[in-house]
Amino acid sequence: MSSTITSPENKAGSQLRTQHDPDSQMATVHMRTDKPHTEPAEKDATAIVMEDLSSWYGSFQALKSISLNVRKNKVTAFIGPSGCGKSTLLRWINRMNDTIHSARATGNLHLGDLDLLASTTDVVDLRRKVGIVFQKPNPFPKSIFDNVAFGPRLHMKLRRNELLDIVEWSLRKAAVWDEVKDRLHAPALGLSGGQQQRLCIARTIAVGPEVLLMDEPCSALDPGSTLAIEELMNELRDQYTIVIVTHNMQQASRCSDETAFFFEGKLIEMNDTQSIFTNPANQKTEDYISGRFG
Amino acid sequence: MSDIDSQDDSNMSADDAEKPSKDGHIGEQSVSGPGGTPKTSLLEARDPDAFDKPTLITTRSRLAKDFRFRVMCILTACASVLILVFLLGSILGAGIPTLSWTLLTGTPEPEPENAGMWPALMGTLWVCTMCALITLPLGIGTAILIEEFTPRNRIARQVLALIQLNITNLAGVPSVVYGILGLTAFVSMFSLFDNSDNADGPSMEVGAVYYDQFSNVASDPFIDTGDTEAEERYFLFPVETRDAPSTVPKTGMLAYENSEGGLKEVEIIAIDPFADDAPTDADALSRTIDSTSDPGRISEKQWYYLRLPFGRGVVAGALTLMLVILPVIIISTQESLRAVPGTLRAGALGLGATPWQVVWNVTLPSAIPGIMTGSILAMSRAIGETAPILIIAGIVYIRSAPQHLMDDYTVMPLQIYNWTSRPQEEFHNIAAGGIVILLAILLTFNAVAVLIRHRMQNKLN
Repeated sequence: MSSTITSPENKAGSQLRTQHDPDSQMATVHMRTDKPHTEPAEKDATAIVMEDLSSWYGSFQALKSISLNVRKNKVTAFIGPSGCGKSTLLRWINRMNDTIHSARATGNLHLGDLDLLASTTDVVDLRRKVGIVFQKPNPFPKSIFDNVAFGPRLHMKLRRNELLDIVEWSLRKAAVWDEVKDRLHAPALGLSGGQQQRLCIARTIAVGPEVLLMDEPCSALDPGSTLAIEELMNELRDQYTIVIVTHNMQQASRCSDETAFFFEGKLIEMNDTQSIFTNPANQKTEDYISGRFG
Repeated sequence: MSDIDSQDDSNMSADDAEKPSKDGHIGEQSVSGPGGTPKTSLLEARDPDAFDKPTLITTRSRLAKDFRFRVMCILTACASVLILVFLLGSILGAGIPTLSWTLLTGTPEPEPENAGMWPALMGTLWVCTMCALITLPLGIGTAILIEEFTPRNRIARQVLALIQLNITNLAGVPSVVYGILGLTAFVSMFSLFDNSDNADGPSMEVGAVYYDQFSNVASDPFIDTGDTEAEERYFLFPVETRDAPSTVPKTGMLAYENSEGGLKEVEIIAIDPFADDAPTDADALSRTIDSTSDPGRISEKQWYYLRLPFGRGVVAGALTLMLVILPVIIISTQESLRAVPGTLRAGALGLGATPWQVVWNVTLPSAIPGIMTGSILAMSRAIGETAPILIIAGIVYIRSAPQHLMDDYTVMPLQIYNWTSRPQEEFHNIAAGGIVILLAILLTFNAVAVLIRHRMQNKLN
């Protein structure tokens, strides 16, 4: 993956839209469909396979026999009311649940050939392949540059200018380069919430992951920053498989290709986002998306 | 605004009048429980409307309470400051006139006007530096283990919990108890080793070189040197260990001699006073040794000289002070590690950092200001600690600064204690001077540490 980071084509192709006109929020869905897909061959390739995945915290069962596939280079949204297990599921994909002593899981969870639940899986390497962005922006109390360089420094021996290339590429990709390029060595905590979250995304993609997990990435942000991050997800989908957990159904409908609806630890329904929101098969899904509960 | 004020005023007069009965009814109500029908006669007599209209606590009474509390806080603060000012004033009043260069750089003497505390000052520096070097890595490491590397295994977690319980309890143990523990564990090491002061026992030691020292025959009354006069010289022969058999000097051997530029090699002449004649040449005579004489065994110790058991030396003192401050450092480090937001750890883990990389790159840098605060407080305590040192070192009449880790030493609080316990008034005054010096060192130490901490904090944010 390190080759993708430094390759010049990526840098050239990373000129992101930065306009924030009010119409684009509405237009996002259409703009996405207009855009030609770069790799039609891989359109339906599966990135993550879950079969009969159940998970417990102590004696509490958080996930009940989940089976679903996450497609490659697509944005998959997990929606559902609080406590339905969507974050738990997300945190199993890069084994962040390992930090919780009482958490355990059964079933199958594969990323390509990699068995994600095996105790022999190298979680450190896994988390390099599967990056995660959290609900609350959590930049390290270091400079902007050091924040983005943190991941690459963990995994690679790099010269100063190679590191600079990666940092610039990541910040450009995360659409925050223009705002921070003149103060790369200023403390990251001085940025606004939205900038911090985009910095966190830059930090995550700097490691060169295949999959991006986003755990309610916009719930602590203002509408402007939310829009910027949604546009960013549109840009990033060509290169990454994105899984996003969100409470915001408009957000799920705007920026995801597929949507999975969870309720009380069970997968109720998963389908194309358009089908889920226009023609849900399950009554519970319809109740939830129409705001009758949740 | 004015509307609210008038409302408050009207409420207050009613409030005051009804106060006793209301207090009673609130108490009774909570006994009978919410929703339960009141049964006692007292409750039946009460106005039923009071249930629905909760009485407002007036702004004025709340402000009055606020005022009373503020006055109380100011009074307590003033009291503690006054006590401190009185203490400092009396110490400074008695101590400053006695401050002199002699007091700082002199040695303890029987006459108060010549007495100084240089050995105690250096002793404090030696002991506290050693103590910091041992305690900080140990304490911070323990805290990191407990906080950041909590094992998944349940039994291991329970063992850690037990260690935690011990640490918390140890923080409250009187320091004199640690003195006794240090005496057993470090000074005599449970008598596991032979006391190396006793010449006929094996001892483990590093950093010492032993020599046999011979004097030349210049002052030997039994050797006839004729008219030739020779100056007195001393020659050193290195020996392997402290217990090695004495060197037998032979003509032609090379010996060391102390000279201005360090050790100088000299070829010696050995004679048997009963068989041989002394050389008559002045230069040869000055290099001549009586081969039957007994040498003196002397040693040259490096600053890192160590032996087992530690005896009453600097290392034993530092280790005993370590016992005193280790719990404080562990607990304060744990607190500052806990204060680092878990989201930072999750962020680093999510980027594929190993647990150690998380600790080293994220958690520790964020916790360093807090860890330093705790360490400064703990080290200040170590500098001022008297009781365990009194037990460990015992001797207070030390006339030279420590030269190596096993050397006898005294510390400033002990020297001050020694001076205050003497009958002469003058010694009490120089004790006050000593306290002023100790305070100055403590304040300097703290100021430097606070400065470093501020720098680090600014760098982080």
